[in-house]
Amino acid sequence: MNHILKRGTGPGNGDWAVEASGLVKAFGDNRAVDGVNLNVQTGTIYGVLGPNGAGKTTTIRMLATLLRPDAGSARIFGHDVVKESQVVRQLIGVTGQYASVDESLSATENLIIFSRLLGLGRAEARRKAADLLEEFGLTEAAKRPLKNFSGGMRRRLDLAASLIAQPPLIFLDEPTTGLDPRTRTQMWDTIRRLVKTGSTVLLTTQYLDEADQLADRIAVIDRGRVVAEGTVDELKASVGTSSLQLRVQNQQAIKEARQIVEQVLKVRSNVSAEAGKITAPMADADLVTDLLVALRAAGIHLAEMSVQKPTLDEVFLTITGHGVKENESMKSQKSNVVEEVRV
Amino acid sequence: MSSTSLKRETSQQLKNYAGFSQTVRNSLTMAYRGLLKIRRTPEQLFDVTLQPILFTLMFTYIFGGAISGNVHNYLPVIIPGILVQTVITTSIVTGVQLREDMDKGVFDRFKSLPIARIAPLAGALLADTIRYAIATVLTFVMGYIMGYRPDGGLGNVAIAGILVIACSWAISWIFAFFGVIARTASSVQGISMLVLFPLTFLSNAFVPVKTMPHWLQWFVNINPISHLVSAVRELANHGTVGGDLAISLIGAGFIVAVFAPLTVRAYMRRT
Repeated sequence: MNHILKRGTGPGNGDWAVEASGLVKAFGDNRAVDGVNLNVQTGTIYGVLGPNGAGKTTTIRMLATLLRPDAGSARIFGHDVVKESQVVRQLIGVTGQYASVDESLSATENLIIFSRLLGLGRAEARRKAADLLEEFGLTEAAKRPLKNFSGGMRRRLDLAASLIAQPPLIFLDEPTTGLDPRTRTQMWDTIRRLVKTGSTVLLTTQYLDEADQLADRIAVIDRGRVVAEGTVDELKASVGTSSLQLRVQNQQAIKEARQIVEQVLKVRSNVSAEAGKITAPMADADLVTDLLVALRAAGIHLAEMSVQKPTLDEVFLTITGHGVKENESMKSQKSNVVEEVRV
Repeated sequence: MSSTSLKRETSQQLKNYAGFSQTVRNSLTMAYRGLLKIRRTPEQLFDVTLQPILFTLMFTYIFGGAISGNVHNYLPVIIPGILVQTVITTSIVTGVQLREDMDKGVFDRFKSLPIARIAPLAGALLADTIRYAIATVLTFVMGYIMGYRPDGGLGNVAIAGILVIACSWAISWIFAFFGVIARTASSVQGISMLVLFPLTFLSNAFVPVKTMPHWLQWFVNINPISHLVSAVRELANHGTVGGDLAISLIGAGFIVAVFAPLTVRAYMRRT
């Protein structure tokens, strides 16, 4: 499948936060990561999207020096993850899929220990811990043992721990998996704020919505390979054209309007009579101007006009050819959509 | 989020290795973590408090009459023996706990931090010396209560105690190695017991070597545990320092030199 899109004219070599080429990691017979190429521009949010077991976590673990690649190479801000691993570790923060904090200690103790390990003095570490706890709304729970923390609090503490050294690159492995919608939105806000302060974020997710919301660019990964890469819009465009939806003011004019649409856009259109809505694929956005002029000339008044882009769900289905297996609800949603269209 | 805490430090210089002072600092921080954990879960200390009391009582009264004629004469033999046996058995727990600890997510973070690679291991092992210290003190106290009055004096007894703690720390690297390579905590316990039982019992810790068959004496006499027990006896009972002390220290150093790098390498490999 050749969905890999041409990357826009990228910046110079120094502006890449992550450059990975041909990364391979096999566990026994299973090639968990099978030749992944990734390039992440400094100061952006990059989303790695894929179902469970696609190789997202393994990829991140290799980039974060936690796992040695079997083949291929990766550089973080120009530093090789294998040869200069200790340098790379000074440039990154990692928030794992499962909170990588110490269960038996309190939130404050966790942050103080990580701060001390990063070379902060005793008083400095204490202050840093207090600052971060306040930023992440955990001050009240600071002294409580982590066993009593909710999933969202744990994730926030985990992220806070990744930010102690203010690393220019932050890896987030499924930062919102298992969080309720409200906490998820909070997490998204936090991630967006991070990027505003100049950090680069590489996050993995299995939620199409999340990638859509956050990421500047997305790599779709499936069975250890990048099957598509580009901006959210590029990916959506790669699947199919957007559709143009028109609603006419006067129901009687709908037939005439449809003829004009088909003539001008040179496509077949659909009409849903009760809604008075015409839907047509929009291959060339320029032609819409002509269409509007033609409609005006024919004296047809529009009540509403909109352009519907394809969703990432559709992108995923088209690219991988098998949809998101793990997410049954999404699948059933999709079949609902198909039925609606048939009706 | 306040912007100050996210400001980038551009002056930070990047090194691809951890220096010696950083290694020591990181290890001490990790040891501090270990102590906090012990404070949070004091039930971890059950074994080091109960075992010295129980074993000292049991072994002394069971073997005392048979080996030395009476309990009182047996005390100078058994207390150093039981001390070494108890404290070294305690060091197995180090490996078991390390295994349990490593299965938790927090070790992923330790690995991703720019710290000395050995620090998470060295720190955990260092924190456990507090356990050895508790076991050592309790064993001597039990001995004292039962009538053991070492001629070496308090100072030499303290030195003997420190010697045992230091050697146990060295030996705990062996169990840390098992902890890193084993799949589960219980298998660490299993392998370690298998190693430790012959080592502690095939020694001069409980009975005079003369009473054993010749082929066994050969092993008992080269067993490092025997030398450690002899060194403790010399120090505590006579206040003298002999070749056994030197052999014990050399042996301990050798174990650390071999097993510390092995353990760190296995730890780095493990995903």
